[in-house]
Amino acid sequence: MNEKLETGDIVRCTLKGCTCEGTYIATREGMATVKLTSGYNIGVPQDALTKTGSSEMAEPQITEIRQKSDLPLISIVSTGGTIASKIDYRTGAVTSQFRASDILNAIPGLATIAQFRAVQLCNILSENMTPAIWQQLARAIHDEIKAGAQGIIVTHGTDTMAYSAAAVSFMLKTPVPVVFVGSQRSADRPSSDNVMNGMCAAGAALSTLGEVVVVMHGSTSDDFCAIHRGTRVRKMHTSRRDAFQTIGTETLGTVSYPALEVTLNSGAVRRGATELFLKEKLEEKCGIVWYYPGMSPDTLSAWNGYKGIILAGTGLGHSGTDFIARIKEMHAAGTVFVMTSQCLNGRVCDRVYDTGRDLLGAGVIEGEDMLPEVALVKLMWVLGNSKNPDEARELMKQDLAGEMTRRSRV
Amino acid sequence: MSDDYQALGLIAGIEIHQQLNTKEKLFCRCPTTIRETEDSTGEFFRYLRATKSEMGELDRAAEEEMMQVRQFRYLTYDTTCLVENDEEPPAPLNNEALDIVLTIAKVCGMTPVPEIHTMRKLVIDGSNTSGFQRTALVAMNGTLPGGAEIETVCLEEEAAQRIEDTFFSLDRLGIPLIEITTSPCMHTPEAVQETAAQIGMILRSTGRVKRGLGTIRQDINISIREGARVEIKGVQELDLIAEVVRREVQRQVALLEIREELKRRGASIEKTPVDVTALFAECGSRVLKKAPMILGIKLNGFAGLVGREIQPGRRLGSEMSDYAKKCGVGGLFHTDELPAYGVTEEEVAKLKAALSAEEQDCVIIVADKPQRCQCAMKQIIRRAEMAFEGVAKETRKMLEGGSTAYMRPLPGAARMYPETDVFQVRVTRERFEALEVPEMIDDTISRYLKDYGLTKEVARQMAYSERRSAFEEAIAAGIKPALAERAFNSTLRELSREGAQVSRIDDEDIGKILQSIQSGDVAKEALSPILKALSEGKSPDEACAIAAPKVSEDELAAIIRRIVTERSDFIKERGNAATGPVMGIVMKEVRGSVDGKIVNQILREAISQVLNTP
Repeated sequence: MNEKLETGDIVRCTLKGCTCEGTYIATREGMATVKLTSGYNIGVPQDALTKTGSSEMAEPQITEIRQKSDLPLISIVSTGGTIASKIDYRTGAVTSQFRASDILNAIPGLATIAQFRAVQLCNILSENMTPAIWQQLARAIHDEIKAGAQGIIVTHGTDTMAYSAAAVSFMLKTPVPVVFVGSQRSADRPSSDNVMNGMCAAGAALSTLGEVVVVMHGSTSDDFCAIHRGTRVRKMHTSRRDAFQTIGTETLGTVSYPALEVTLNSGAVRRGATELFLKEKLEEKCGIVWYYPGMSPDTLSAWNGYKGIILAGTGLGHSGTDFIARIKEMHAAGTVFVMTSQCLNGRVCDRVYDTGRDLLGAGVIEGEDMLPEVALVKLMWVLGNSKNPDEARELMKQDLAGEMTRRSRV
Repeated sequence: MSDDYQALGLIAGIEIHQQLNTKEKLFCRCPTTIRETEDSTGEFFRYLRATKSEMGELDRAAEEEMMQVRQFRYLTYDTTCLVENDEEPPAPLNNEALDIVLTIAKVCGMTPVPEIHTMRKLVIDGSNTSGFQRTALVAMNGTLPGGAEIETVCLEEEAAQRIEDTFFSLDRLGIPLIEITTSPCMHTPEAVQETAAQIGMILRSTGRVKRGLGTIRQDINISIREGARVEIKGVQELDLIAEVVRREVQRQVALLEIREELKRRGASIEKTPVDVTALFAECGSRVLKKAPMILGIKLNGFAGLVGREIQPGRRLGSEMSDYAKKCGVGGLFHTDELPAYGVTEEEVAKLKAALSAEEQDCVIIVADKPQRCQCAMKQIIRRAEMAFEGVAKETRKMLEGGSTAYMRPLPGAARMYPETDVFQVRVTRERFEALEVPEMIDDTISRYLKDYGLTKEVARQMAYSERRSAFEEAIAAGIKPALAERAFNSTLRELSREGAQVSRIDDEDIGKILQSIQSGDVAKEALSPILKALSEGKSPDEACAIAAPKVSEDELAAIIRRIVTERSDFIKERGNAATGPVMGIVMKEVRGSVDGKIVNQILREAISQVLNTP
């Protein structure tokens, strides 16, 4: 092998005992991947390859799907989840697609229920999401609603989708459904949940709902999607289709599949009940401290200068007693502390044990039944939009976007 | 039909799929156990859909499966996990399975792939929850001792077991499967069957493959000159392979004859189906009378050909029907077979008139919901057009007896793309060289004939037996080959024929019994009753106590004394010739718990005493 090989080159591969023909794909750590005519890939030492020709690249066919102008308009704001993807069987590369036509090609049923406008906000893995992008996202959604969209679908990687949904819930008051959706199994596979989730998200976006929600598989079967409030939802499994669960309260409703019948509970905020309003400021100097037995109070010092800290405490909402003095100091210096529980389910109550009472004494606010991550996002928004820590503390105790309940229902 | 396969230009190759007997599945840590459906722990359902490839085209085979949007149901077990559910990424490739495949590759003198890449092969018939089957090319280019060329050896995951139609059981999904593909190097039906037998022998020689019905499946690729490559799936019985090849050749020859006849007749196909629903409003056929829609198409010049037999039990009409069924219809009617099925001669005449069909034409009708009818008609027209080409490239499934039915078009290479969730595996020279090549069963048989003096049939049975290694261990421990063979093979076969559950017997327990026989504690005559007791769940000690209670030398002497005294007249009359009959009586009494030799020795002494006493 002397000349440089390019993807798509036809190569002959000479191994001890046999030769074979194939298409060169790429080389990694000295091993070249060759796609044989049978479709199989094999890895061979690069020096076993001889170029014998170049392949002719066929022009990809793009099927434009005609949109029906008499259908309601939904905007799809994409952040980089793979709701639509294409496979190049020649190289095996799977690429995410974001144009409206790509999405409509991947999920052909969509074009029959609405017309779509696609906005590609960014193309990132959801673990690389930042508060700055949350702000852009809220702004983009706001602008789409203002421009007449009757529902919004946000495609998002599932890892941090719940954070983003919570962030948008605080920043944006919406009269129309804002539906976050993703898929747990990649869109290239025939069994992907992208089609059902995408269709159900569209169903929810056209419904009488009027708040920020996550719509994902409701069970392991392809029978329905659950509608979760953006501030009560959590990814509770690494890989299952029904990984997203509403914690501590009821789901807002369901979307049946394939009928797309939307059923909403009485607690769901309805379309038009809220006026469009955007308040996107965030204080990013906030963090979560997940307490563990024996955790040194010194670790808190690493958060010096932070405006707000969510404590994910044990049980009813505790840290070790040796944390109290350090919290008191930082509180006095202006840091807002909010206690949540690692239990995730149930309400924080720091009035039962001495440690709790002492934490309250040190300035910690009980986070009620808020999820730790939701409390974090809320704290960012509250600190970004209040005049002083005291006002922020007051706001943290109030339910602003359905993130906390007054009563723990049985 | 001519049997001169060379003149017909027969070319055939086979693919053999064999389940490997590994501890865990290929891409998860579940056991490779087949379950009963009543042990299932739950059920779920999914839809599968074909994804578009780079070129904006669906794979033709995948597309055909998608003609009906189908819901697939799956049964789960306490031996299946989220990987089978397609809800967890796969575990790394099972190394135990890879070693077995590499070993077989080594036996066939193949070249291992330096770095193994796992691929996703699109399969959307529901048998894989993911919609693809994971498969990896492991080695290339080998030769069997008989001369057949092996092109490739792959390691794949087994598909889910179909319970019925769109209902599957997940226990089988993910069991490692070796796929051995020969080149199209065979030219007679018998050669195909012999090659399959030889590959089967090699697989069994490893002692690492699963046994029993359904654990091995043969796919056969066949074409004749001017015909086309047809892949016949899932031939399970080895003995049927040659017949399947013969019948496929017969089918291709018949289709080529039909092609010539169509050309001679200047046949053609109408483009547009005609709605004939009204004609059958009062029809004696329930299917037609109740149908929401009946569509008819005229095939000009096809009369007699649609009904012509092309294989035992199969006609050109059956082929068209197979295509139509892909749209969900139950089948079709054609005028070559009408009037029949409750359709009267008058209705046939009306039908022909409605489509202006003449004597030489054939009319085909389908009855179902409008959408299905239209879909089925498209398929029928497509298949009728193929008749002008002769033989279509197809994947077919075997029917009972060896004829075949259409399954789907032959898949193209475009159905594979990399399984990005599984790391590549480098096969080092050290790893390949360190693999021990097992003795081939054919060689084992020769060795048993030569070294152990077994007869040919018994040597063959023993060599193919699951108890082969226990048998060899017993001989290494000093047991005589003939006795070991009886214990591990012949006696078990006899007991099995009598209905005993011999699979319950542990090799280790048989070994213990053999040691007791060797040391003289148990007589070899007791072997059969002891094994029977073991098959009933008894421990070796219990089995010996029941089948051969312990008799001390003193007790034995006393028994013999008593019997000899009782029969002293008989002994005196017959002399030494009495030994045999008396021996039988003694052996019956001690029920095989004493070696016949010892009984014989004491008995002879006792008899000679009687004879010497006046």
